[in-house]
Amino acid sequence: MNSIISKNIIRFIILVLIQVFVLNNIRINGYVNPYLYVLFILLLPFETPGWLLLLSSFFLGLSIDIFAHTPGMHAAASVFMAFSRPTVIRFISGTKGIESGMTPGIKDLGFQWFFLYSLILILLHHLLLFYLEVFRFNEFLQTLYRALLSTLSTLVLVILVEYLFMKRKDKE
Amino acid sequence: MKYLFLFLKKQSFFFLFVFLELIAFLLLANHNNYQKTQIINSTNVITGSFNTVSSTINDYFFLNEANYQLSLENAQLNNARFNILPLPDSIFKPDTLYTFIPARVVSNTSRNRNNYIMINKGRADGVEKEMGLISPLGVAGIVVEVSTHYASAMSLLHKNARISARLKNNGQMVNVSWDGNDYRKGLLEDIPTHIIPQPGDTVITSGFSFVFPENIMIGTVGEKVIMGGNLNKAELVFSTDFNSLFYVYVTKNNASAELDSLDMRNDIDE
Repeated sequence: MNSIISKNIIRFIILVLIQVFVLNNIRINGYVNPYLYVLFILLLPFETPGWLLLLSSFFLGLSIDIFAHTPGMHAAASVFMAFSRPTVIRFISGTKGIESGMTPGIKDLGFQWFFLYSLILILLHHLLLFYLEVFRFNEFLQTLYRALLSTLSTLVLVILVEYLFMKRKDKE
Repeated sequence: MKYLFLFLKKQSFFFLFVFLELIAFLLLANHNNYQKTQIINSTNVITGSFNTVSSTINDYFFLNEANYQLSLENAQLNNARFNILPLPDSIFKPDTLYTFIPARVVSNTSRNRNNYIMINKGRADGVEKEMGLISPLGVAGIVVEVSTHYASAMSLLHKNARISARLKNNGQMVNVSWDGNDYRKGLLEDIPTHIIPQPGDTVITSGFSFVFPENIMIGTVGEKVIMGGNLNKAELVFSTDFNSLFYVYVTKNNASAELDSLDMRNDIDE
């Protein structure tokens, strides 16, 4: 149990550092904006108690906010994503029972499950994030476009990272 | 009472969610009202030093670009110097309304809807809120937060950024803003209908906002001109490359207190 906690703490720190120092500095063009840090929320174990899920997501978002000069925005989006997580898990694993000891990932639940799970949660996170940032309805379609493109780029990164780390585990 | 506690316990996930969202929105609301941003100010020193480290590393990769921008500016300054020299001193006194504080960019974004530029000069160096920020190539932003050694400026690429400008060839007043599409292109607003700006026309600061000195380059008029309504709009190509900002100047208005009090008196008269 302790190793799971320390693993998640390390993941938290590494993802924040990557987001702040690498991804926030990469400028592909005006639209694409990957937020890989949400991978932390996606990969938290199923047994994580609700309060811990919400609190850790809040602090994750807040750490990003402090560096991005946007207090509250990433925190709000991350907490919302964490809040929707149990519902989304229940919704997409209807037929597939989740057994104890399983972790959310491609290895235990297959690509299709993980793809759908990540897609829905990342989309929810990005929609809230981008609309909070703009906070105007006359740019509705443009913001939607930006949110969708960024969702796509985040999703690609999340799945890439997931595969990278899965392979390493197999070798060990 | 017992049932109330049971109910609260059962719904604790939901209540914690609402509570955390409330905090987040409070932070957000406080920040948008950028006159009172105490929370982010206290962290500026921490994030500032982090960002300084990352920008020092970054700098090595972009030395070429930074050198190029500075040499361009040197050329411009040289030109200006030779143009001024022949004028007799007694009539044309040098403009001392503005002082420039050189600074280095330690963090900068250009992809968000609201972008900020952080610089390594703060209150200790004389930087205050509402001062302007210009790059060697043109206008860059307006300072919104200041800590002792760092300051954060709202980039022109921000939904609240709106600066007073002028078309250079006919002196018409216009406003410059950003629609969030492309970091290279802004929006020229409030153009009188009888003026049809031509692509390539130069847009400069008007100097009426007391933030920027006048005649600072903002950009050139782009291809698209949007007619209709009482006032025309046009596309603007920024002269500043917001994707590669390295060295900037803070423009400090030496008479800002005096000008502000004058402005206030005008308000009372109205």
